[in-house]
Amino acid sequence: MAKLQEKAVAQIKEICSRYKNEKTPLMMILSDIQNEYGYIPLEVQELVSAETGISVAEIYGVVTFYSFFSLNPKGKYIIGCCLGTACYVKGAQNVIDKFSEILGIKPGQTTSDGLFTLDALRCIGACGIAPAVSISGTVYPKMSVDKVPAIIKELREKEGAL
Amino acid sequence: MSLVNIKIEGIPYQVESGLTILEAARKCGYEIPSLCAFNHGECNQGSCRVCLVEATGARGLVASCVYPVSEGMEIRISTPKAIEARRRSVELLLSNHSKDCQQCDKNGSCELLYVAQLTGAREKAYEGVHSETTLDVLAPALIRDTSKCILCGRCIARCQNAHGLSVLGFENRGFNTIVAPAQNRSFQNSPCIQCGQCVSVCPTGALMEKSEIDKVDDALRSGKHVVIQAAPAVRAAIGEEFGYPVGTPTTGKMIAAMRRLGFERVYDVNFGADLTIMEEGTELLGRIKNGGVLPMITSCSPGWINYAECNYADLLPHVSSCKSPHQMQGAIIKSYWAKQNGYDPKEVFVVSVMPCVAKKFEKDRPMMEHDGIRDVDAVITTRELAKMIRRSGIRYDMLPDEDWDQDIMGDYTGAAVIFGVTGGVMEAALRTVYYKLTGKEYGKITFDEVRGHDAGVREATLDINGTKVSVAIASGMKSAKILLDEIRAGKSKYQFIEIMGCPGGCINGGGQPYIRPVFLPHEDDDILDTYKEKRAKALYSEDERQTLRQSHKNPQVIELYEKFLGEPNSHLAHELLHTHYEGREAFR
Repeated sequence: MAKLQEKAVAQIKEICSRYKNEKTPLMMILSDIQNEYGYIPLEVQELVSAETGISVAEIYGVVTFYSFFSLNPKGKYIIGCCLGTACYVKGAQNVIDKFSEILGIKPGQTTSDGLFTLDALRCIGACGIAPAVSISGTVYPKMSVDKVPAIIKELREKEGAL
Repeated sequence: MSLVNIKIEGIPYQVESGLTILEAARKCGYEIPSLCAFNHGECNQGSCRVCLVEATGARGLVASCVYPVSEGMEIRISTPKAIEARRRSVELLLSNHSKDCQQCDKNGSCELLYVAQLTGAREKAYEGVHSETTLDVLAPALIRDTSKCILCGRCIARCQNAHGLSVLGFENRGFNTIVAPAQNRSFQNSPCIQCGQCVSVCPTGALMEKSEIDKVDDALRSGKHVVIQAAPAVRAAIGEEFGYPVGTPTTGKMIAAMRRLGFERVYDVNFGADLTIMEEGTELLGRIKNGGVLPMITSCSPGWINYAECNYADLLPHVSSCKSPHQMQGAIIKSYWAKQNGYDPKEVFVVSVMPCVAKKFEKDRPMMEHDGIRDVDAVITTRELAKMIRRSGIRYDMLPDEDWDQDIMGDYTGAAVIFGVTGGVMEAALRTVYYKLTGKEYGKITFDEVRGHDAGVREATLDINGTKVSVAIASGMKSAKILLDEIRAGKSKYQFIEIMGCPGGCINGGGQPYIRPVFLPHEDDDILDTYKEKRAKALYSEDERQTLRQSHKNPQVIELYEKFLGEPNSHLAHELLHTHYEGREAFR
């Protein structure tokens, strides 16, 4: 088992201590860790288990149940394609397929340069602007397959990756 | 206790409030088909939907295992709608089940098959996608086959209740959900202690012991000298497999059956237990006299040893270096016994019958050998022995009562018999330690203070000739943890601690016959509350019947020391009968 860096150990312990008085602190602890590091590997779950007394199997269960949590590092830009009913009938499947094709990854995966993660989302409550795509918090309304290449290009240029 | 008025099938009843419909119906004489619910709510996720009934005041059908009764409620179990719904629930479970019933080891005690027959479920009512499956056969003691898992959660609840461990959990979501150790790892690479408590509650073949019957068959075929030895707790429970009431000791028939299966010698591990007391008692007195590490903790339970190595490596010096009784006896069979019989130890094959699945793991530990000769070659559980007896056409009830082979290791004392119940090793040790310290036998022989049949910490302080000995007993790791944390904090007041892996000790081991009320129609409804006590009684009554009840009085043990080992904790005794432990990571 890989060892965590001392700094990370200290910070995760600090995150656990934030919720010492909560009856059910696990979701809050995991959310903070997810936000801080972008993922929650097994070594971190073991540390949270030691700090909270909650078994690793239970923590692992929570991490794999909620799509918000990730076991692997996520990319800098998280492309969330809504596949809820309204978006789906408006052609969202084609949109996500286009992202897949250009980036060379399947939904749930991250590009090897660490720039993009592609996620398939259920309804994000933006049915009026279907099909909707959310990229790291910015919502792109009424998406179409044609718009996909330009969005990727723009983000890559911004990162100096082209 | 307040009562509520309910009607079942239109007939009025008064039942305690707070009961679930399933429990209330049971008290009124109805056994609603159910599957995931177990042991008074030890597990009731309401997940399998097999126990659906109609109840007034509820929208649609309700899962009777979780729905409470209320005043005026009218319950219908037998309406076509309810019957159809229960059948459909089972059919849906079967649609994602491997259904290889014929070759499944659980066949005969499978609760899914039972409710399938009960509800009339059709095997192929729904054909569809099967979820991805995992078959874990890496661990020496346990097998996990998710293709047979119905996601009831009983195993998760048991692991938590017995050990506070929750090695297993639900993973992923929806159709991809599985029950597994974190990361869907093997039991072998997880904090699992391989006690088998999860096996003893699993309703299907998803969790099973790893059978070694084939290994035993091969040995019997090979022409080797195959010796079988049975642990004390086996005799207290094996009768259940052949229709005897829970708690009926059938020692004589079990011996007769083993002899008919073709084993050259049939020995009682009780001889090894008496030997363990001589070694462990001497080790304890030595530690007290010489300022050694105290409290000393017993080492008979391999589940407990696994737990200690994973979680309390810093306390390993507290654990007695004694091997467990069957390993000791195996080592003696392969050395002294083989020599006495003029056998080459390589041609001797030792089979242990154990109430335990962790013993399968224990016998494979690298240090359980001497000069390259393994102490024990195969471990089968009480259930596996019953299987071997059944397939051989032996009518268990018609067997005569026979006795153990008597030649070199036939004698045993009452002290050894009670090893099978929590507190038993402690009591056996105290009987001998008392004698060693005072030069006389303890008047009333028994130490009732340390007796029990359930999990939970018990303690006692005994005044032995002015020497105060404080002892404590725990079974199940949840209780053990309390004592271990005290030691770690430097606050333990005890000299001697007995720890057993399974709650209640070996009588409730993971290899013992399943306690399933639906398959035990002649037992009381509360059999899940009483079976441990009943099995414990069977052992205590055998102790009372013995003329010799202290290990140091066992004439053949005395002879073994005179002719072979020298004295307890001698150099040779250390080579053959003692071992060592190593800390290891929980997730390897």
